[in-house]
Amino acid sequence: MQQFRKGVPEWTIADLKLQWKKERTMAISRNKSVLRIATAGSVDDGKSTLIGRLLYDTNSIETDKLLAIEESSRRKGLDYTDLSLLTDGLVAEREQGITIDVAHIYFSTPSRKFIIADTPGHIEYTRNMVTGASNADLSIVLVDARNGMVEQTYRHLYIAKLLKVPKIVVCVNKMDLVAYSQERFNEIVKDFHTVLDHEEFENVSVDFIPVSSLYGENIASRSNQMEWYLGDVLLTTLEAVDAQQSTDDLPARFPVQHVIRPKSDEFHDYRGYAGRVASGDFRVGDEVSVLPSGLRSKIKSLEKFDGKLNAVSASESVVLRLEDDIDVSRGDMIVKDDLPTGIKQLSADVCWMDSEPLFAGKGYRLQHGINQTRVKVSAISHKLNTSTFDKEIGVSALELNDIGKVSLKLAKPIFADSYAKNRDNGAFILIDEATNNTVGVGFVD
Amino acid sequence: MSINNGQFPRELEDEAIYIFREVVSQFERPVLLFSGGKDSITLVRLAQKAFHPGKIPFPLLHVDTGHNFPETIAFRDALVQELGLELIVHYVQDAIDQKIVSEETGKYASRNALQTVTLLSAIEAHKFDACIGGARRDEEKARAKERIFSVRDDFGQWDAKRQRPELFDMLNGRINVGENVRVFPISNWTEIDVWNYIKEEELAIPSIYYAHDREIFERDGMIWPDSQFINKTSDEQVLTKKVRFRTVGDMTCTAAVESEADHIDDVIKEILSATISERGARMDDRRSEAAMEKRKNDGYF
Repeated sequence: MQQFRKGVPEWTIADLKLQWKKERTMAISRNKSVLRIATAGSVDDGKSTLIGRLLYDTNSIETDKLLAIEESSRRKGLDYTDLSLLTDGLVAEREQGITIDVAHIYFSTPSRKFIIADTPGHIEYTRNMVTGASNADLSIVLVDARNGMVEQTYRHLYIAKLLKVPKIVVCVNKMDLVAYSQERFNEIVKDFHTVLDHEEFENVSVDFIPVSSLYGENIASRSNQMEWYLGDVLLTTLEAVDAQQSTDDLPARFPVQHVIRPKSDEFHDYRGYAGRVASGDFRVGDEVSVLPSGLRSKIKSLEKFDGKLNAVSASESVVLRLEDDIDVSRGDMIVKDDLPTGIKQLSADVCWMDSEPLFAGKGYRLQHGINQTRVKVSAISHKLNTSTFDKEIGVSALELNDIGKVSLKLAKPIFADSYAKNRDNGAFILIDEATNNTVGVGFVD
Repeated sequence: MSINNGQFPRELEDEAIYIFREVVSQFERPVLLFSGGKDSITLVRLAQKAFHPGKIPFPLLHVDTGHNFPETIAFRDALVQELGLELIVHYVQDAIDQKIVSEETGKYASRNALQTVTLLSAIEAHKFDACIGGARRDEEKARAKERIFSVRDDFGQWDAKRQRPELFDMLNGRINVGENVRVFPISNWTEIDVWNYIKEEELAIPSIYYAHDREIFERDGMIWPDSQFINKTSDEQVLTKKVRFRTVGDMTCTAAVESEADHIDDVIKEILSATISERGARMDDRRSEAAMEKRKNDGYF
């Protein structure tokens, strides 16, 4: 694995201390947004090094943590500081030198707060990569400049597409090992385009950045080794990307999580529906429908602990009250315009995450948002070859890490939208009723 | 109070409130693990917000090692009184008296590891199925791997290799009898997020977080609070210094920092320019590289 070797002068504690106070004091600005990032890449593409570099260049590694990994690198007999020790937090990961499970890493710059889900590169932990990518606004896909695209790159691109991660940034890493060659970079970009030109990737926005994580070229500051590259460096790209995906056009969906009925003297007749807006927005006075009953009412008020509001938008947690005293309980969905229909039969892409395979005829529990229902697998129409995107017909099961198209029959209807149209109301998970484990994730057609 | 958009990213509050509401809906006997520190105080405010104008629908559980800072206990009792909460206290001393655990000895003796046994027996005694804790993923590398709903077996153990995938915001709280779930609503917050939240929400916190004169002594390059619980050697001199604490644990395992910050704004400034991590002052984490992971495997929160 690519590491920070002795003699790479940028990585010293003395430097770090100097930079620290200078730049970090006013590190948090007002009205910042949070950008959620998932990393992807094959095993030796240098993900940990890239993250280490981002943290280092934004002064996010405290001295004691750096000292601790220097000390354990020494104890392991290494003659360099192994920065993967910063993110590989489990004993088993450090023993094997690989990432097994998602680690969450946090850092800030003056303009934004970042959450990185550092996901495993090993093929057998693809499900953990899906886990990390499911909340991402942006995916960083790494490739080694020497190797270009490998099998895992195809898989990761496909997963980013499947999950509809709005933005992909491809970092062509280890440019120092190909003499910072513009030709090599262009070759790799061209290879990517043979995949990205595929209709599946029609609406995916992709940037390419040539970087050297080891030397910090084009990570936080511009490389003077690659003057031919005129685009933004990685950090600037992360700071500038529009994280707030526009949900204005999306239909308003409010799953009811919990009914608040204080029955206290002060709030004797109070009945409020607590939940988080899944998509769209709600305003006081809006006409709404409650699903599955289909009963209609108007929004009387939108309330938080801090006071009343006139409007709320996607991802806000709020208490919604209706003008009419109708029956609403947990699992119901309050919606306005473009009403979803109750689905009792659906077709979906499923990524399988369990060592026990999925097969037709088997029953599971499906969770859509906060709602659960029993389902039966009625058919598997195909399995996807994630390297060629070919559809393999006639498969009888989906094994661990497989992605395939599955038909499900539901015991009671859910009010899902197509995932392609509404990312916030179109996904579900499958739970094995014997083990209670989350065994699959699906995307409604 | 109005809803403001200050330094704290409000989407983290929305996420935490969502998690609280899922806990109450998916579990029968949730409890909030309350230590009196800034993170658990933040959890109490979030729980208030999640169920307002209703009451917080679960009790607080404090595992009292008997080695707490007296200021923290006084604060705990005042908060519970003010908000009309139910507080359950379980004492490590009881487990020692019953000879279920034995006290560590020597210069570095601490009851930190013994807490786990008391926590697990409290969970069993009250049949808690969800324990809400204030752990954050930015604190420590084993915590960085933690799920929001983290399933523990009947021995309270965390198996890092067998964690459930957690996708989008769908939280799967289904468990078998005997298992329980540890829930971390502020997983995605950082230390500075908590401080900005405390400032914007004007939350009261124990006085030891602010600079004050205190009797201390120095050991291993760290400032230790003097107390009757600590085994000092004859060459360890007690001095008075102006200090504050960044985290609140036991008096035997929480080191202080020299500070003049006696107001929240100064505390925030100090943290922004600190070069040592929050848990750099925790003796319990410094015991070994995998100290936290080991404690979590044993059932610690």
